[in-house]
Amino acid sequence: MDLALTDDQRMVREAAQSFLADASDSASVRAAMATALGYDEAVWQQIAGELGWCAIAIPEAYGGLGLGPVGLVVLMEQMGHQLLCAPFFSTVCLAANWLAEAGSAAARQRFLPEIAAGRLRATMPVNETANDWIDQRASLRAFRDGAGWRLEGVCARVPDAGDAQWLLLPARIDDEAESSGTGGNGALPRSAVFAVPRDAAGLVVAPLNTWDATRRWFRVELRAVKLEALARVDDEQRSDVGFVGFVRSAALARLYLAAEQLGAAQACLDLSVAYTATRKQFGRTIASFQAVKHRCAEMMVRIEALRSAVYGAAAFASANVSARAADGAANEVDAEGSAHAAPETLALECAMARALADDAAFYCAQEAIQLHGGVGFTWEYDPQLYFKRAQAAHHWFGNGDALRSRIADGIADGIADGLLA
Amino acid sequence: MMDAPTQSADADFRAEVAGWMRAHLVGRFAALKHRGGPGDEEAFPALRKDWERELAAGGWTCVGWPREHGGRALPIAQQVIFHEEYARAGGPGRMGHIGEGLIGPALIRYGSAEQQRRFLPAIVAGREFWAQGYSEPNAGSDLANVQTRCTLGADGRWRVTGQKIWTSLAHESDWIFVLARSEPGSKGNKGLSFLLLPLRQPGISIRPIRQLGGGAEFNEVFFDEAIAEPEHLVGAPGDGWKVAMGLLEAERGVSTLGQQMHFSHELERVVRAARRRGCDGNAQIRQRIAQAWIGLRVMRYNALRMLAGDATTLGREALIYKYYWSNWHRDLGKLAMDVLGPEADVISDDADVRALQQLFFFSRADTIYAGTNEIQLNLIAERGLGMPREARGDVSTSSKSS
Repeated sequence: MDLALTDDQRMVREAAQSFLADASDSASVRAAMATALGYDEAVWQQIAGELGWCAIAIPEAYGGLGLGPVGLVVLMEQMGHQLLCAPFFSTVCLAANWLAEAGSAAARQRFLPEIAAGRLRATMPVNETANDWIDQRASLRAFRDGAGWRLEGVCARVPDAGDAQWLLLPARIDDEAESSGTGGNGALPRSAVFAVPRDAAGLVVAPLNTWDATRRWFRVELRAVKLEALARVDDEQRSDVGFVGFVRSAALARLYLAAEQLGAAQACLDLSVAYTATRKQFGRTIASFQAVKHRCAEMMVRIEALRSAVYGAAAFASANVSARAADGAANEVDAEGSAHAAPETLALECAMARALADDAAFYCAQEAIQLHGGVGFTWEYDPQLYFKRAQAAHHWFGNGDALRSRIADGIADGIADGLLA
Repeated sequence: MMDAPTQSADADFRAEVAGWMRAHLVGRFAALKHRGGPGDEEAFPALRKDWERELAAGGWTCVGWPREHGGRALPIAQQVIFHEEYARAGGPGRMGHIGEGLIGPALIRYGSAEQQRRFLPAIVAGREFWAQGYSEPNAGSDLANVQTRCTLGADGRWRVTGQKIWTSLAHESDWIFVLARSEPGSKGNKGLSFLLLPLRQPGISIRPIRQLGGGAEFNEVFFDEAIAEPEHLVGAPGDGWKVAMGLLEAERGVSTLGQQMHFSHELERVVRAARRRGCDGNAQIRQRIAQAWIGLRVMRYNALRMLAGDATTLGREALIYKYYWSNWHRDLGKLAMDVLGPEADVISDDADVRALQQLFFFSRADTIYAGTNEIQLNLIAERGLGMPREARGDVSTSSKSS
């Protein structure tokens, strides 16, 4: 496995660095935070339109650039560094990722080219466990309603639901015939994922007033939302817990979040090194005190360890994707387990990256506040923005403890053995 | 990504190494599996020297050296594969690693043709073993504070007087390389020379140091007018620091993947112990085992980053590596003892338990030798982050203390 970036990936990184340095500097982030929308629409138009960033990881068959997980990781790292406010994570890392890995053929054809072209914003609820999207706590119920469906229930937290055009919502199928059957692992009820248009009757979207204002969150309530049959976007035969597409898309979502947090942690270190180099006490810069140097060095150790984990897991995931493409299976939903390295192996790799990212992002943000001293406690300086984002993201896709617990399961089951040696 | 023919050649090479190890690490050598190496250097020294000759006969010593010096000139990727498969098979800690990894490459780079002819073939063949003489009682982290001195006699020979410390395997070695002060009154890294001395001579005495874990794989080496032949000065007089630093340069991950394979075996041993003791369901132990596994993945990908990097600059990933692995390893030692519980308090004859006890005690050295944690953090802050360098004691202070 070669962890050197390709020329294409390097170009993505440089383009993202130079664009975001202006479009998402501190003043821009603070301006976006203060708007009702939560992001700058002109910046989003550039990102989704001329820069084509939504297309990076989408397969070429769906109008994407096919740069794979490594390409998107490169981008997410830069976005995290600059605290970009945009519906990018929800549209690309949640919705497009899920559709590409687990969506039905029809759903992929319908939505992916639109997302790749930058014309469509979509979102999904963030899974708050170490499981793969659907668990017993899935809070929406889907009832068969003639040829279609009726959805009821509440999603407590959905990012960017305010102005997304589509919401992809996992729900439990509440159906006598089906609930007596069991899911893929024999224990859970059958589930499905539905594409709900933002203007559906009975869909009530209410903004949440969150401490981290760099992302927008909404409570989504479905009051007897009626949907036609084709609103179901997962493959009906493969929607159960343990299905490859669910495992893979959850793994990749963790990886993309880890990449974003890597960038955020690096920004906290950059801010701290820059600040301590100018702040003088006792007639010298505080950067010259060993107590300060060692704290910064410890941040760098954690950041570089995380960088190795993120880029290693991304290369692992990309190699996995190209193996699928080589088998000519990219356009079809694979039979479970076919053509893939065991999806649980990818799940462990990405859980590893995300568990480290959860720790590193918070650690570096709190160190940045400490190393800035009094001004680190103010609204005016930026460490607080990273601190709030790190804590807000702690729960997404399972926190570090939950992910380590899953990894321990993998070790106990012998799944981790292949990765040990 | 590597192209397909390379990958298939690499796979063949991997199979070749694994096959050779399977065929040769048997019979009398079977006792050496997973033995030796840091913390276990006292195990079977004579048999491990025989094993070096077995390796040499198979052409498996000095695989990265140039052909003209007896190596195989393997590309980096295949050197990595060799170290991985060697460790995967449980290949013993190498008695020849100081010759192969340190002085050999230094002689290839800085040695005279005559020195190369004299010393390199014996290293490749596993006939001569080397010890390293850098550290001194007052030159630990401050490596340049060398007090051992050497003088050039009228007969053209060098006479070395002073003391080295933390010399591993000195009692099992034939030669030692020494950094000594050749310009009287010089300070720090100026005025040092790099000399090669046979260890068995009247002017050298060796005293083992008993470690906190009871073993004694390090030594103090005392020099009292010990003799180095004129032709055994490497580089010019006064070039010692340059040679010494060249020799300590990062290996760029070539053998680190082998080291990680060894770590991975150790973690597996901890997991087995947890199962056996029934604490593998304990939530805290599970968290720590998972954390250790995560660390292994980080080290692997970190080493792959080092290998992918530009070979002329020391990347950020290389800067953090020593600090990362040594602290990871120390944590693993504590986890091993906590998994064993009260059983860990009894000095054990059980090979599995004893190995974990040795891990616990010896890993205390990991964060001290080859640059302490504190020195590592200074290097990371200064070289990695460009922060101000540590102030040095001024000349008047240091001359008072010396």
